[in-house]
Amino acid sequence: MSTGSEVTGSSSTAGRDRLLAVVRVLVPVVLALFVGALILLSFGKDPLAYYGYVVRRGLLSPSGLEATVTRIAPLLLIAAGLIVAFRAGIWNLGVDGQFLLASVVTAALAPALMGVLPWGLTMLICFVAATAVAAVWSLLPAFLKVRYGINEIITTLMMSFLGISLSNVLVKIAFNDPATTVPQTATLPVEDRLPRLFDTTINSGVIIALVVLLLVHLMMTRTAFGLKLQVVGANPRAAVHTGLSVGKLTYATFAISAGLAGLAGSVEILGVWGTMRADWNPAYGLLVIPLVFLARFHGAASLAFVVFFAVLMIGGESASRRLGVPHFYVLVLVSLLLIFFALVEYLDQRWRKRSRA
Amino acid sequence: MNTQVQNISAAPSAVPEGRGETFVELRGITKRFPGVLANDSISLDFNPGEIHVLLGENGAGKSTLIGILAGMQQPDAGEIRIRGQRVRIGSPRQSLELGFGTVFQHVLLVQSLTVLENLMLGGSWWQRIDRAAALRRFRELSDLLGLNISPDTPVGRLSLGQQQQVEIVRALWRGEGLLILDEPTSMLTPEGVRELGQVMVRLRDEGVAIVFITHKLQEAYAFGDRLSVLRLGRLVGGIDKDRLKAMSEKEVTDEVIRLMFGNTEGHDRDAETLAGLGQRRVKQRAARRSTVPCLSLRGVSTEGDIGECPLRDASFDLYPGEVLGIAGVDGNGQKHLAEVIAGQRPAARGEIWLEGERVEALSVPARRKLGIRYITDERMGEGTVGTFSVAHNVVMKEIGLPPLWRHGITLWDRVFGHARAQIQEHDVRTPSERTPIGRLSGGNIQKVLLARELADELVGEAKVVTFNKPTYGLDLQSTRMARDRIRRGAEAGLATVLISTELDELLELSDRIAVMFQGRLAGIVDNAEGAEREIGLLMTGAASV
Amino acid sequence: MHGLLTEAFVTSLMFGAITAGIPLLLAGLGEQISEKAGVLNIGVEGMMLMGAYCGFAAAYYSGSFWVGFVFGGLGGAAVAAFMAVLCVRFGMNQIVIGIALTIGAEGLTALLHFFQFSRTYPRLGEVGALRIPLLSDIPVIGNALFAHHPLVYLAVALVFLMMWVFRSTFIGFNLEAAGNKPAALDAAGVSVIATRVYAVLSTGFLAGVGGAYMANIGAGLFIPFMTGGAGFIGIVLAMLARGRPLWVLFGALLFGASLALTTALQVAGLNIPTDVVQMLPFAMVMLVLVIFGRHSYLPPALGHPYVRGER
Repeated sequence: MSTGSEVTGSSSTAGRDRLLAVVRVLVPVVLALFVGALILLSFGKDPLAYYGYVVRRGLLSPSGLEATVTRIAPLLLIAAGLIVAFRAGIWNLGVDGQFLLASVVTAALAPALMGVLPWGLTMLICFVAATAVAAVWSLLPAFLKVRYGINEIITTLMMSFLGISLSNVLVKIAFNDPATTVPQTATLPVEDRLPRLFDTTINSGVIIALVVLLLVHLMMTRTAFGLKLQVVGANPRAAVHTGLSVGKLTYATFAISAGLAGLAGSVEILGVWGTMRADWNPAYGLLVIPLVFLARFHGAASLAFVVFFAVLMIGGESASRRLGVPHFYVLVLVSLLLIFFALVEYLDQRWRKRSRA
Repeated sequence: MNTQVQNISAAPSAVPEGRGETFVELRGITKRFPGVLANDSISLDFNPGEIHVLLGENGAGKSTLIGILAGMQQPDAGEIRIRGQRVRIGSPRQSLELGFGTVFQHVLLVQSLTVLENLMLGGSWWQRIDRAAALRRFRELSDLLGLNISPDTPVGRLSLGQQQQVEIVRALWRGEGLLILDEPTSMLTPEGVRELGQVMVRLRDEGVAIVFITHKLQEAYAFGDRLSVLRLGRLVGGIDKDRLKAMSEKEVTDEVIRLMFGNTEGHDRDAETLAGLGQRRVKQRAARRSTVPCLSLRGVSTEGDIGECPLRDASFDLYPGEVLGIAGVDGNGQKHLAEVIAGQRPAARGEIWLEGERVEALSVPARRKLGIRYITDERMGEGTVGTFSVAHNVVMKEIGLPPLWRHGITLWDRVFGHARAQIQEHDVRTPSERTPIGRLSGGNIQKVLLARELADELVGEAKVVTFNKPTYGLDLQSTRMARDRIRRGAEAGLATVLISTELDELLELSDRIAVMFQGRLAGIVDNAEGAEREIGLLMTGAASV
Repeated sequence: MHGLLTEAFVTSLMFGAITAGIPLLLAGLGEQISEKAGVLNIGVEGMMLMGAYCGFAAAYYSGSFWVGFVFGGLGGAAVAAFMAVLCVRFGMNQIVIGIALTIGAEGLTALLHFFQFSRTYPRLGEVGALRIPLLSDIPVIGNALFAHHPLVYLAVALVFLMMWVFRSTFIGFNLEAAGNKPAALDAAGVSVIATRVYAVLSTGFLAGVGGAYMANIGAGLFIPFMTGGAGFIGIVLAMLARGRPLWVLFGALLFGASLALTTALQVAGLNIPTDVVQMLPFAMVMLVLVIFGRHSYLPPALGHPYVRGER
């Protein structure tokens, strides 16, 4: 959706531009899959079998497809939060810590409140608490950035490590359910979790995620607030000159971005697991960060990449059991994607500059 | 500038006649950039013992040519010969090895290293550092140029004028062949300019070939042995040694205009701008419209980071319709003054009054609403977002305000419509309102800034406007356009603060001129007979009114 | 509480501080070189991890720790080569590529480990410590400070070597110029790109050696993702040290101590949960940043690729 910040070419080149855009996306994907295949080969694994299995399992089998769609929910929420942050020029890399802390709080609150308060209210309180906890966790990096200009890449990462450990402490010590042998929080019964859609195992968390993504997109493209964030991200000095309250906007950006990561954690607990085990860290954040880069911070593209990635994750999880290719391989693929994308983009820019001469 | 200017080449030169065999020849140099032909088949000679001035307005292609000589760019066509031998200058290293030394417009010294370390820069990493040899060479060149700088001072502590002197030493470090000076006077006081002239004469008399680039005709006349005129990338002609010696400044001005535009008819204003003679038209001192000042500062001070010059205890009154010029070498607190008036920088001490109300605690948007406007000198650095469209930039200071926004929702149709209207009204040359503003020329970007700040439709009436170096880097036409706009604004009652490093601009437009030195307002001078001299004195900190 | 003041605790803490601090020191020194030259090297964590794996594998197959360190350095440098080509030479976004390299190294080393060692989980043999005569006999601190593997002493010596290089060699000047005002370096005829490439490769090598030390000496084995943020702590050290290698040393020891606290506390008889103690180094980083953060200095040209003639 154009907000006027792209050049509108003449109609005859518009079609060609669109084709080029598709090529620019496909080429890196193909290259990444190809090099990834070479790596699999070097370990003695059949790449075609692997890719085929992933697609069959993640996309084509009904239970796999349901798992994929379910997986999309937390990924998409984190992606939405990252879109806001990255567009505002804030590198919130602490999403995993924010996610886990929110999960712990949700996992502790939900069983405690479930019998006491009506179901809808419990859910709402859990969502709000999760979002708030995650947002508060980003407060210190936000403060250091606004006050001292300290680069948030480092501070959010440190807080993330801190948050991961803290969440473990809380699960093992503060909220441990004595009834279970494995350290975990009290389990929320299935009937009390987020309702499923129709007859499937997909929980409604994915609806929440899609709505949130849409809201974020509208906010960024159609509101004054979104435009202000983009000015801060594109040229912080111009933001000061324009008279924007850069400090307040920075705090708001951190809060929204972290809050959505927290919401993702909440949705994951309330929708899928019902409990939080110790040492659980699916590291969704780490994996979504590159996806948002690849999508150039655009909402629709992010959705496409998240879907692609969810298929990969679900399929890959099965493949690690069946084919002996551990899920670490997914990390390698993501890295290759990112590098090839950056490469294609760079070459494309060079080519554009030349053709303008 | 100085009406008693004499061509310095009128002084006898120590270089015997006939010595000036051609050292460097450029033949048919052509260089293209996306969308513009920067150099179009330029042919020039540079001879030892001669100051060859390249004169042209901003955008004429002078800097590109220099870039080629310095090894920063490669020409698309043409050749360079040194003493008849064809050479290819593929990198800055090769340029240095050929004996070329370039002093660029913006200081290229590593601020955190000392003078001597900067001069030694360029050795291969395995070489041992020979401090003694470097010191010897430094003394040699210091004496030659008449400098007075300690080699162990960190460069960041030197004044801009001193840094430029170090740059000249650096340019000559490996041998005194060809010295190229790219617009070197923009950072200097009038006194500094005179000293630079003396240094150049010394070097010329030692046989150095000097290339001096400028857009100011007075400098060309004052310093040049020979003059070549560039316009829109082409060499349109020149004045050789003998003729230049014999001509008066007025004759040279007329000749240059004739070379640039074909004839002098109807180009009086261009001539004035080029020659910096605009102030010759006596400025009608408008009677003060009111005895109540529009803007008042009382004891305003700011705090700055390392490397910045903060404002110290500034006080003045500004009346409606009055233009207060701010003179001074760049970096003496002008930026902080502009920012503190606009609200971009908090005042650590002091008071700011706008029409009887105290405003120093108000934010930028609040002050804007009350009528304070600020056109920044850094068009791309902070004035605009280069990747956003022209339309975005036009409305950037209105984000969230009606009528373009309603309840925080952007009404894009209205935004684009408003932008199109502004583009039309201010004659901004752009393919569309959606073109990224970074693609526009400097002059057109300035037009957008002027449209944004001075248009009354949206935010209400502008009362006080600060212009920070409004014509910097602009070609003749855009320069005139901007100056006209400033003049018209003042005539309409706008209280104007005009910050500029071009003295002729200030003399042309201002009613009074304040001089800034080391963060203080060293004095305020009426724009009348003798103002120039007083300003020159104040700029060096000599006298405090 | 009495256990805290015993000789055993202090010795264990100091010894552990050095063992845990050396990888941080090497990563920090490496990052400092990159940052000085104007490259924000986020990929340090990945370089360390690759160094850890390569170092471990090399030491395991060759039987020599030194071979392990060399290959660890080369592994880190290999990852750094990607950064050098993509970011320095081609000018791509340093942050995106840094993250990509870290993720890629994490995945690749985990994969390699899975296919090579996950069945057997081998451990390396006894570490050949070098006891400095006389000094290592001093009670309490002797064993803690002067009975380490020679690499430790080399790493400390490196600190002083780097101090000299930064101040008194062309390498030092070139790095300073590349980060402060690359156009000046270019105009002086020195390739900014080459300077930065060497800087990045050095970072990779040092981080790789640090990772190898972590695996071979610190743990004696390789576990996927074992660096656990050490590379990022190295970045913090470089940021706070303001271009001074000595401060990286102090910081590394400080954070190393916080990392070594678990073992030391166990020696003292206190049983604090691992997770709590794991929080310590990161909590300490945040504390240090809050107190000293305003004094962190980064070179002006950091993060911006150099393009000749760009305005």
